[in-house]
Amino acid sequence: MKNNLQLTEDGRLKHLLSLDGLPARILTQILDTAASFVAVGEREVKSVPLLRGKAVFNIFFENSTRTRTTFEIAAKRLSADVVNLNINASSQSKGETLLDTVANLSAMHADMFVVRHAAAGAAHLIARHVAPHISVVNAGDGRCAHPTQGLLDMFTIRHFKGGFHNLRVAIVGDVLHSRVARSQIHGLTTLGCPEVRVIAPKTLLPRDVGNLGVHVYHNMEQGLKDVDVVMMLRLQNERMQGARLPSAGEFYKHWGLTTEKLRYAKPDAIVMHPGPMNRGVEIDSEVADGPQAVILAQVTFGIAVRMAVMSILAGN
Amino acid sequence: MSPTTMPLPTPEQLISRLADQLSPTLGPDLALVGIHTGGVWVMDALAERLGRDLPRGVLDISFYRDDFSRIGLHPQVKPSDIPFDMEGRRVLLIDDVLYTGRTIRAAMNILFDYGRPAAIRLAVLVDRGGREMPICPDFVGAHLELAEHENIALTRADDGTLGFKVNQRT
Repeated sequence: MKNNLQLTEDGRLKHLLSLDGLPARILTQILDTAASFVAVGEREVKSVPLLRGKAVFNIFFENSTRTRTTFEIAAKRLSADVVNLNINASSQSKGETLLDTVANLSAMHADMFVVRHAAAGAAHLIARHVAPHISVVNAGDGRCAHPTQGLLDMFTIRHFKGGFHNLRVAIVGDVLHSRVARSQIHGLTTLGCPEVRVIAPKTLLPRDVGNLGVHVYHNMEQGLKDVDVVMMLRLQNERMQGARLPSAGEFYKHWGLTTEKLRYAKPDAIVMHPGPMNRGVEIDSEVADGPQAVILAQVTFGIAVRMAVMSILAGN
Repeated sequence: MSPTTMPLPTPEQLISRLADQLSPTLGPDLALVGIHTGGVWVMDALAERLGRDLPRGVLDISFYRDDFSRIGLHPQVKPSDIPFDMEGRRVLLIDDVLYTGRTIRAAMNILFDYGRPAAIRLAVLVDRGGREMPICPDFVGAHLELAEHENIALTRADDGTLGFKVNQRT
């Protein structure tokens, strides 16, 4: 996958497709801008006029109520005109190709596409074919990337921990099926986190995990020892095929985050989850609702981060 | 003498001048709001000079610029922070240099997104002319005649000393 597709010739962000290949300078610019949007979200009037007159199309070829809603709120708070399209329910079922769908929407004077698709590389394909004034945001493609989720996770860590340079971060669970995990690993590595761990059963790790620059653990006690941040992943039930796991109950016993297991981490460790949570599968309710969880803060920050991404893209 | 060789007053002198103009007008419900970045420096220096504990806020106008679609988002947006209730407040808006008036237009829009102020007054260190908006400052440190291709900016050294820098626009 070509990553320079994301940047203009003078190195500014043109599309956001993956955190892989983006320099720390751009990630930091997005996080800094998002901090200003967090302040906007706390005002009586929560919108700014930045994208007035621009049309943002949320095109979701795969269901995701939360991601679509946060993108919609972000675009509306930037005063953009927002159109939401659930494509599996429309043209594609009539046989239209992806690029035809995009060409038609472009003819409706779109300025930005936010794309969720089950196939890896879908957003890249669209970015390669849109008119020069249009920006594309990847809102999740297959197992490949979910860059805005990765960015909001980075924002959350920076907010609660102040930075990345002294942190030990553990990513726990179904790494194999997780586009979120890949984006998190790229984000953490680029921003200078010295120790990224993944904790998972062998069957839920991708074969190329060794190339991602992470430390691999197959045991919660060792993997969580003295970490500052615990990032749980959702057990991707709907992606689960074949006999990778005996049962959800078995998974919970070994890999589910309970208060007991969380004690291995530092006492001030934060617990994150991209949602939607499977309570009693990858995370216990006592932890999810406990004092160390920052899961709802992630959702709030997610809007500010998406506002930052959209406003930077629309201006470049 | 061309504007660039004309001796500039120091920011300290102008802040004193502004403080003298402002002192008799300070009433209740007054809050200071500085515009990033130079306006905030002026506000802090003024507040010290006025010797009053007035509520202070800061604004970054990047999200309200009218040239966004031409030049994009400023690479370094700073958070705005208004730590007081805007409703019914008398606001003294403070900036370093007044030129076209577009920044002030944007700043007033932001203030209204926090509530309805009772009044807004404008204090600037330097009015360099060249207005494109119907905006007129209430308190001015100095009027300077600058050519269109010249820029004046407030600077701050590491030790906090304020200075002026005049340069040619590229």
